[in-house]
Amino acid sequence: MYSAANQIYIFLHDKLAGHGVPESAIIIASYAIPCAIVLGIISGIAGMLTYLERKISADIQNRVGPNRVGPFGLLQFPVDGIKLLLKEDIIPDAVDKKLFKLAPYLVFTSTVLASMVIPFGGSFIVADLNIGLIFIIVVSSLLVVGFLMSGWASNNKWALLGGIRSAAQIISYEIPTALSLLTIILITGTFSMQEIVMAQGPWPWQWFIFHNPFTFITFFIFFISSLAEMNRTPFDFPEAESELVSGYNVEYSGMRFALFFAAEFSSIFITASLATAVFLGGGNIGMHPYESGLGWQLLMVGVFFAKAVPLCLVTIWVRWTLPRLRIDQMMSMCWKYFIPISFVCLVMTAVWMLALGGDGMLWRMAQR
Amino acid sequence: MSKYSTQEMVLNMGPHHPSTHGVLRFILQTDGEMMVKATPDIGFLHRGIEKIAERVPWQAFMPYTDRIDYLASLNCNLGYALAVERLAGISVPEKAEYLRVIGAELTRIGSHFIGAGAMLLDLGAVTPFVHALRERETFNDLIEMLCGARLTHNYVRIGGVSQDLPAGFKEKCLGFVDHLEYEFLDEFNDMISYNTILINRLANVGVISAEEAEDYTLTGPNLRGSGVAFDLRRDDSYSIYDRFDFDVPVGSGKFGVLGDSYDRYWVRIEEIVQSCRVIRQALKQMPESGEVRTKLPKLFTVPAGEIYVRTEAPRGELGYYIISDGGKNPFRVKIRTGSFSAMTIIEHLSQGVMVADLVAIIGSLDVVAPEIDR
Repeated sequence: MYSAANQIYIFLHDKLAGHGVPESAIIIASYAIPCAIVLGIISGIAGMLTYLERKISADIQNRVGPNRVGPFGLLQFPVDGIKLLLKEDIIPDAVDKKLFKLAPYLVFTSTVLASMVIPFGGSFIVADLNIGLIFIIVVSSLLVVGFLMSGWASNNKWALLGGIRSAAQIISYEIPTALSLLTIILITGTFSMQEIVMAQGPWPWQWFIFHNPFTFITFFIFFISSLAEMNRTPFDFPEAESELVSGYNVEYSGMRFALFFAAEFSSIFITASLATAVFLGGGNIGMHPYESGLGWQLLMVGVFFAKAVPLCLVTIWVRWTLPRLRIDQMMSMCWKYFIPISFVCLVMTAVWMLALGGDGMLWRMAQR
Repeated sequence: MSKYSTQEMVLNMGPHHPSTHGVLRFILQTDGEMMVKATPDIGFLHRGIEKIAERVPWQAFMPYTDRIDYLASLNCNLGYALAVERLAGISVPEKAEYLRVIGAELTRIGSHFIGAGAMLLDLGAVTPFVHALRERETFNDLIEMLCGARLTHNYVRIGGVSQDLPAGFKEKCLGFVDHLEYEFLDEFNDMISYNTILINRLANVGVISAEEAEDYTLTGPNLRGSGVAFDLRRDDSYSIYDRFDFDVPVGSGKFGVLGDSYDRYWVRIEEIVQSCRVIRQALKQMPESGEVRTKLPKLFTVPAGEIYVRTEAPRGELGYYIISDGGKNPFRVKIRTGSFSAMTIIEHLSQGVMVADLVAIIGSLDVVAPEIDR
């Protein structure tokens, strides 16, 4: 039962402990290395998603999309990144400089932190915390602090409106998200992400989305609330470019601006990963994630991505199809519909568990 | 006054804001998300077109009329040409009349695509806007075949049109009209017009009653959206519009109250269908051959007098009030436009709505900044 971080620890311990390297350094290294790798992968995926977003939106709108830099325009996002990196870092005079500089890092950190407990299949998880799911809910709430901070510090009324909108929105939608995740906790009895994946099976009827009718509903509530939490259309109020110009990030330029966008696009992937791991069986192929061979583990990673990437594409697809709601409509949708429905689902799942002894609906049929 | 009193926030929406449709400024007083009042501040695009008219010969003013409303330049051409022709008693060849109607109705379609599409863009729906622009591209091609220009057409001349229609235009135009009426609009409506989010955003927002619409002198689709069936093409017919059979779509409170933003949007969509009908009839009735322009001297004079001619442009009544002192230049040209009338009601409509609603209201009134300022 070893996650990737533990395996790196054992490897480093074998090699270095005899050469006078302190134990604490090995422990830090064994977590820092996978953290760095995951950070790199998430940034790369976020970049690929910006490319995909532009390409898919181009397809939806009868355009060509990026096609000049590299084959099929694939090098567009590194080039964009380099351009943003080389841009002059403009900090307006009247801003609150400390908060203004801190905000993008806070937003990016809180997004990427959530990826630390996501099981990418096999032993590829940085830290299999026993409070994994709660950890994700907590760190993704940090996002709102960053948005509010950037909105306030920018000394711009449009940015302030955007920041306040995002505070109202993210805090509201945190509740249905958490409630729908709690429904799964009722079934598994654990917060550990790896164990949640292991409690499911390789086949669709063994996934938690089809466990009972209420988890089926909570999956959609979770997905829609996540759209709201990551500020995507139809819930992109904090940046609503036609109302608030660009919202909280209006005064940012260069790499700070890029960090906001890296955070937005990584949160698309992280939400899709979370939905995959919690509702769609993650990388489960019916084998033990830690004890099977490397080949099987890589297959698990493949299965995981085969489920997560389509969810990312759905997110992009929704953005380019729907118009934006109005902020009061969005709030009433959350408080009048999503929270009661997800609460009912939570209670009814508990009843289901009591009545049927914890079995899934399709799972029962398959047994017969 | 308590220690923690709040005050209204004053926001500058524009002159360069994505959803003000040009260089237009609104001074918003808001209480958080709720609007207290929006005061329009116009004049950023004032180019003195009316003054220019006094300095150039009668015919040389025609290209300037393109710039009054660049989204519907042919309609602006037509209004000016009609006014001068009536004042000077110039007759127009039969075929030119048909070409004018075809051009004007095509321009109306193109303009409504931008009007409806830009409003959808303001509501966050980017894709329908691009799809509408794709169809406008065909319209641009057609107009390019007709007169060689894609934006500022300058097609209509005093006494006719600049040139006859080229070979192949008729077929392409019929194909475009059929595609719009039978394919594209169905797809467009399925995609966005009947979208629940859009209906929730537009229905019951910015309601203008019929009395208010008349009091604030709204014209065109904005007036018809409030249920007043008044269309200058039918009720004060000019050119040869009395020969065609078409309906005047009016708002009906389709998803909300009569006269809300959705009604104004829907009137535009239905007008596209009616324009298609007019174009189809015009193409059928149009004589195969004939003069398209009455010969006039390069510098001609118009007998002294004054006239007001109003036409139905896509953004409402486009009126030219022309005074001639018998010279080779107009003595005075006053232009009345629909967008200017629409601006007057925004301050009234904006009270107590949300910032996002203001964007929808401006979009549904379909104002174009150069037409306001001229």
